[in-house]
Amino acid sequence: MQLSMLIPMMVVLPLLSGAALLLLPSGGKAIKAHALIGTLATLGVSLLVVCRFDWSESQAIQMASAIGWVEGFGLSFGFGIDAISLWLVLLTTVLMPLVVLGSFSSVTHRFKEFYGWLMVLEAAMIGTFVATDLIFFYICFEFTLVPLYLLIGVFGGTQRLRAAKMFFLYTFTGSMLTFAGVLYVAWFNTTLPWTLFEGAGRWTFDIRTLYGSAQAMSHGQQVWVLIALLSGFAVKVPLFPVHTWLPLAHTEAPTSGSVILAGVLLKLGTYGLLRFALPMTPWAVVTIGPYIGAFAVAGILYTALICWVQKDIKKLIAYSSVSHLGFCVLGMFALNSVGVGGSILYMINHGLSTGALFLCVGMIYERMHTREMSRMGGLARIMPVWAFFMVFFCMASVGLPGLNGFVGEFLTLMGAFVATDVLGPAYAAIAGVGMILGAIYVLYMVGRVVFGPVVTLGPSLGDPSDGHGVRTDDLNWREIGVLSPLAVGCLWLGLFPTTVLQTLEAPIEGIIEPTRSILDGGVYGKGVTIDSDSERIDRDSDFPAARRVLVLFDTDRIAQP
Amino acid sequence: MTHMLDKIVTLWPEVALLVGACVCLAVGLSPRAGTRLLCAWVAGLSLVAAGGLLAFGVGQADQGLAAAAGTGMTGFVKAAIVGVGLLLLLVAASVPSELERDAPGGLVDGDGKFDPGSVMRGEFFAFFLFSLAGAMLCAGANDLVWLFLALELTSLPTYVLVATSRDRADAQESAVKYFFLGAMAAAVFLYGFTLIYGSTGLTNFDAIRAYVAAFADSGEPLAPLLRTGLILAILGVSFKIAAVPMHFYAADVYQGAATPVTAMLAFVPKTAGFVSLILLLSLVQPAGAEATRAVTWLLCLMAALTMTVGNVLGLLQHNVKRVLAYSSIAHSGYILVGLVGFTEAGSTALGNGTAAVLFYLVAYGLATVGAFAVLGCIGSRGDEAQTYDDLAGLGRRHPVLGAAMLISVLSLLGLPPMIGFIGKIYLFGSAIDRGYTLLVIIAVLNSAVSAVYYLRIAAACYFRDPAAETVSLAVPWRRAGAVLAAISALVLGVAGGRLVDAAHVATAGQAQAVAHVSSVAP
Repeated sequence: MQLSMLIPMMVVLPLLSGAALLLLPSGGKAIKAHALIGTLATLGVSLLVVCRFDWSESQAIQMASAIGWVEGFGLSFGFGIDAISLWLVLLTTVLMPLVVLGSFSSVTHRFKEFYGWLMVLEAAMIGTFVATDLIFFYICFEFTLVPLYLLIGVFGGTQRLRAAKMFFLYTFTGSMLTFAGVLYVAWFNTTLPWTLFEGAGRWTFDIRTLYGSAQAMSHGQQVWVLIALLSGFAVKVPLFPVHTWLPLAHTEAPTSGSVILAGVLLKLGTYGLLRFALPMTPWAVVTIGPYIGAFAVAGILYTALICWVQKDIKKLIAYSSVSHLGFCVLGMFALNSVGVGGSILYMINHGLSTGALFLCVGMIYERMHTREMSRMGGLARIMPVWAFFMVFFCMASVGLPGLNGFVGEFLTLMGAFVATDVLGPAYAAIAGVGMILGAIYVLYMVGRVVFGPVVTLGPSLGDPSDGHGVRTDDLNWREIGVLSPLAVGCLWLGLFPTTVLQTLEAPIEGIIEPTRSILDGGVYGKGVTIDSDSERIDRDSDFPAARRVLVLFDTDRIAQP
Repeated sequence: MTHMLDKIVTLWPEVALLVGACVCLAVGLSPRAGTRLLCAWVAGLSLVAAGGLLAFGVGQADQGLAAAAGTGMTGFVKAAIVGVGLLLLLVAASVPSELERDAPGGLVDGDGKFDPGSVMRGEFFAFFLFSLAGAMLCAGANDLVWLFLALELTSLPTYVLVATSRDRADAQESAVKYFFLGAMAAAVFLYGFTLIYGSTGLTNFDAIRAYVAAFADSGEPLAPLLRTGLILAILGVSFKIAAVPMHFYAADVYQGAATPVTAMLAFVPKTAGFVSLILLLSLVQPAGAEATRAVTWLLCLMAALTMTVGNVLGLLQHNVKRVLAYSSIAHSGYILVGLVGFTEAGSTALGNGTAAVLFYLVAYGLATVGAFAVLGCIGSRGDEAQTYDDLAGLGRRHPVLGAAMLISVLSLLGLPPMIGFIGKIYLFGSAIDRGYTLLVIIAVLNSAVSAVYYLRIAAACYFRDPAAETVSLAVPWRRAGAVLAAISALVLGVAGGRLVDAAHVATAGQAQAVAHVSSVAP
């Protein structure tokens, strides 16, 4: 079998097994087993990709290929994978079987719909990370909305309708503007002389070609494109002040939805910023970057303070996500390899530890039927295994040295600190306060729920789930099996972060090269000069007389299939 | 000037439909319901025959008759009308004469009162075919008089269809409203046509294009009379496409008519209207962008207003038929975005606004017909399903119908990978290509607004518990139509390359024809 077929298999496999679910009888057992096997098979394929990936060329887009789609538009289902994509794909495929396994007891009706949409969601998420065609990326990015909308709306908590609607509308509005920006960049490519770089001067949505196209824009145009990209991706991240959809969606979603949302879907936003905003609009990123950094810092502090006063344990973790993703964005816009590397590591770490926290909270909700912190407490005495995992993941999330959270947080802050040309020490110092606040609210929560006097009040009166009775049995083997791999991952990334970091160095260099060359030399680019006499260029008065364009990616560096 | 006989040679598909319509009229006179049932089959056969004639190139203009056929887009439009026409026929073919067992409150009244909505009638199919033939004739028009007659042939049967579709005062009211406003619109665009004739002394499209091209070459601006005539014609035709300022009737008429008729209203007159707009704009295309600035501004304004009005008013509705009516208005706004760059014929596929309009008409047609068809499969309290409440729990009660509704609304929303998404790439890409970035931003923001009401439909289907008083009607063909429309919307989205190419080739032929005419201008 051809190597390049592995990636489409990874996308199609969950899709097909989701469709095959419809053929099964509607009994719960067969469907659960089928879903578990489907996600495990996908994990297997992704591990095969890891084995066949050439780590010495981790910046190259490997196993690349394209399936024709609408040739007239230059659209194709183009896919390929580099180290950044590979790690995020792996995060997805590892989380999914655990999510399926974790949902066995929490989902009690409409099994087919639940597991079917879960599989579709997995396909869309993997597709987002492997796409090399901008529209293919956009399709997968957008399509993640539908399964999650239905998962939240059908299987969510009491306010699920509002949460589902808000989630969909918020992210859809933002990404429609991104859509306009994408079309604009693709159109701009057609106006460039075809001699400029390969692929210029025609309609195409190939990501590498559009890097060159967008880099050839004037500063004003780049700012508009960056705003368009931000409006989609910043909502997804979510960056303060457009984060307000997240707490509700996270809280009302079923446990599996929260885990996927925190674990992978938020990363689509940061991945989009990393993959598109940074290399496409470097000039605008350099000038707008400090403002984005300021929003990130404001978000870190603001949501950390909100966490402090939460009474609902799930909401607390949801808000802490916003705070953590602020670090991620801060590191990214430091625009140096330390910061961006930390940011990518943070994406993976956050996926593992916050995903695990949501699973822990889900397990307690199944037993107590409440998320109110005042109605539970001292659980370490009656559920020691659960308490162990809870404390472990809380520590990972806070950034205890030795666990994964610490590495990412440290690197992003250091990146921001040394990036005096963009952010600087002040940003790092203020964001550092966020770390302290993070420790405060998490320890406060742990102190109330895990330690202290035993409280097992269960749901308050009038709660619709009242009458189920409170269980205080400890985790069973299935639940331990769900949490253990995540704990191992957290520990491994905390002790040996370099295994990941060194594979990321080369691709990160590629991504920050345009912004670095602006910051370092003050000269934009090093490549071809556009002839100022060209009439196509002249029709934009914004253009300087002579423009220099950076051609980032030589086509020979892209591994041929 | 081509001889009439030469023109008729190109019209075999239309002739097939007209013959079918006449047969339907005759068969429909039978007192036996079983015989009248044949009408649907006759209509289907004549549509298939028309499709076959198109597919095998009978009625396609050969080289010498390219000018006689008017434009290269004719074939594409005719094929689209036949294709969606078949879907519409499926939707209309089943009448809910029986209800599922144990239905509380049936559609058929026990006292034997005549309810036209639940009786198989010959004239319905005859008028249906007449209207389709009119829309196809619009696509082949090469003369102002021809265009006017074709537009009226499209519209007049629809007035009757609306009036006789249901035994309700609503239907009568909406038919009267539709008829009088339609007559007024016809007067407006006829007035426009006469001014064009008055200015140029010509009614033949090729001759008018040559006349305009000659003026453009001599450097003179477009004659004010011609410009006024064109603007009036555009405003008049905007009634057919339900665009601002002639959109007022849409919600009332769509609500009043029976659902299968509404589905037809949402597609057939709209297609005829947009095809007419393309033809009318092609008249002044040789004059260039500078001379037609006023027309461009008018189109931009209409597009922005139409989509905004449609979407904002769509938010306020509780009746799903009205919601879909406003969605249809909003879509006219999106499609107008493809027309603003009409002065330059697009060379690249994605820069071709006219092709985008043709493609989007198909995309819109499939999704809208799908949504109305699903709505037509449900009854509530002895009436048609109309409100969000009537849709509640559809996804659980009828998973297939629920999925069809979901796909249809998501395609209307333009969510990938449905066909509506490719349509939006096409439309908005072409507008950006012409430099109308602001208009595109308005359009994408409007798409975001429209998500609110499309999601309400999806949420009603999937998140709410089934309502007790809704019943599913025994309309197997209509269900088949709904499923077929939804499947097409999904499949053509994932594999839409050929359709995009077809639209591009169709309009590239038109651009060539126009260029040809301009070059031989006297």
